[in-house]
Amino acid sequence: MQTNVSSPSLKNPLVAGSLFLALVSLPVIATAFGLEYYIGFAMRMLIVMLIASSLNFLMGCGGLVALGHASFVGMGAYALVALMEAGVESTWLLWLGAMAVAALAALAVGALSLRTSGVYFIMITLAFAQMLYYLAVSLRVYGGDDGYNLTVSPSLGFGLDIDDDRILYWVVLLTCTVVFAFLYQLVGTRFGQAMIGIRDNEGRMRALGYPSYLLKLQAFVLTAAIAGLGGAMMVTQNGFISPSSMHWSQSAILIVMVVLGGLGHRWGGVAGAAVWVSLEEVLRQLTEFWHWPLGALLIAIILYAPDGLSPLFSRATTGCKTNRFLRWRSA
Amino acid sequence: MDAIFLIEQLLNGVGYGLMLFMLAAGLTLVFGVMDTMNLAHGTLFMLGAYFAATIHVLTDSFALAIVLAVILTMIVGALLEVLLMRRLYQRNHLNQVVATFGVILLADDFVKWAWGAAPVMASAPEALSGPLELGGGLLYPAYRLLIVGAGVLAAVALYLIVNRTRVGMLVRAGASNRHMAEMMGVRVRTVFTLIFVIGAALAGVAGSLMGPITSVQVGMGESILIPALVVIVIGGIGSVRGSLIAALLVGVVDTAGRAFISPILREISSPTFAADVAPALSSVAMYVLMALILIFKPAGLFPARG
Repeated sequence: MQTNVSSPSLKNPLVAGSLFLALVSLPVIATAFGLEYYIGFAMRMLIVMLIASSLNFLMGCGGLVALGHASFVGMGAYALVALMEAGVESTWLLWLGAMAVAALAALAVGALSLRTSGVYFIMITLAFAQMLYYLAVSLRVYGGDDGYNLTVSPSLGFGLDIDDDRILYWVVLLTCTVVFAFLYQLVGTRFGQAMIGIRDNEGRMRALGYPSYLLKLQAFVLTAAIAGLGGAMMVTQNGFISPSSMHWSQSAILIVMVVLGGLGHRWGGVAGAAVWVSLEEVLRQLTEFWHWPLGALLIAIILYAPDGLSPLFSRATTGCKTNRFLRWRSA
Repeated sequence: MDAIFLIEQLLNGVGYGLMLFMLAAGLTLVFGVMDTMNLAHGTLFMLGAYFAATIHVLTDSFALAIVLAVILTMIVGALLEVLLMRRLYQRNHLNQVVATFGVILLADDFVKWAWGAAPVMASAPEALSGPLELGGGLLYPAYRLLIVGAGVLAAVALYLIVNRTRVGMLVRAGASNRHMAEMMGVRVRTVFTLIFVIGAALAGVAGSLMGPITSVQVGMGESILIPALVVIVIGGIGSVRGSLIAALLVGVVDTAGRAFISPILREISSPTFAADVAPALSSVAMYVLMALILIFKPAGLFPARG
């Protein structure tokens, strides 16, 4: 096996450690230099990374291309709004509630959608996403088309002030780190490896006695719950949610991020979200016509680097590009 | 609710359905023959509408506008095929979806740059702007009848091309077994370009005709793309016949949803509830239809490949 010393791999504890340290100290540094704006920006990026990573697990490991992931983000956000109206104040309870609601919605959608496969699966998930989108549009109690503004902030407890962007940033960073670690570990578990097996050859896995439908449903519900958490964090940060964040094009952009970053690569969702969100931010400030460079980038990536940006970060065999069992056999 | 209203709505539904069919036919041919997903198909529709609106203003001739718009759309389609789509045929669907999504972003910005962000006015020709008496006191806008007629014509022409001509034979050969067709000496690459351009032409016709009854604006391609995708999925991807039937089904269901859900809800529930829920229900009618069909027939109504 060849080792590549020169490339900065995230497997290197020194690199990973200093990266994490940089992320933790970002609010302090930003405040010192009067760049508070970037705390909010980094927080938004972390949340998008989280959502993209959940989709990366579903698409990369499970082979399930779902064109409706943004609707679960929105379900989480609206669940938080509804729970706050009902009197729940604790951020933690609200976030858990949002995850539960998104998971329940995904259970219903997934149970029906997973009867189909391939392009038909893409389309039926889109159909349900459109239904949820129009449901949000018709919810006049929560603002309908215009969206909904949170009037009060949820509370964090432990004497923490959620309206301080730095505090919220650390809470989001901590939560995201935990979920990233969870997704990172999940690939190596029996469940993760079974998902990869189903992606590569569902018939074989069924013959081996794996309940493929149930496993896919679990993956669908799990990733939707993480998306719901992302949505709840988003509305906690912005204090605002509107149905437009559930539009199908938002789901398409999430897919684009994952492919851009490297489908099935461990850091695929993270890298894709980082590049897409930063480019969007920079281009939007530079020019009125900020879509076309993104479009050109996508076409270039597909034509010249179909694995996405992941090979830049580490060798392609990490994550769920391949099945561990298969790697043992071929080694 | 009288018979005249019902017939009017039925005609609206059929007209919309036939428009969707013109888009869906291109999509389903490209998918069926080349196994390629092309999200940028709606972009060709949008370009057709912009071309026709602009040429109509410049030349003051509606017929000329349609013809030139379709030819221009075909040229754009050919360029798209030669420069990009050709390199995507061997890739997986996800790659195709992402690359053609990139085309959407490029094209939308181009249109915004060339025509501005505000919607462009497209008008129907004056001769067709009035209503036409269809007998029995039924007045129906003449322009919408033209759309129905054009849709029927396109469906018949496509049927004849696919089933009665040499090109159609090659298309069917390529669709059922591409490898075998290549072995038999079919220049598959040329056939692919041809199919793509036929699809672009149909999208151009649909776009240039739809311009005057919807607003010509950036993003109109994406908002019609989704119903067109719904149509090809319901019909069974790759089946032209399936997409015709599905397009009529979707057109009628969508129109009926918009026309009847609101009055029915107002009859059976409170007005505020009806006002809240009816628009959402009418918007999702076609998605409910698709979800129901896919749950019972996971490969659509007429699967092209058994």
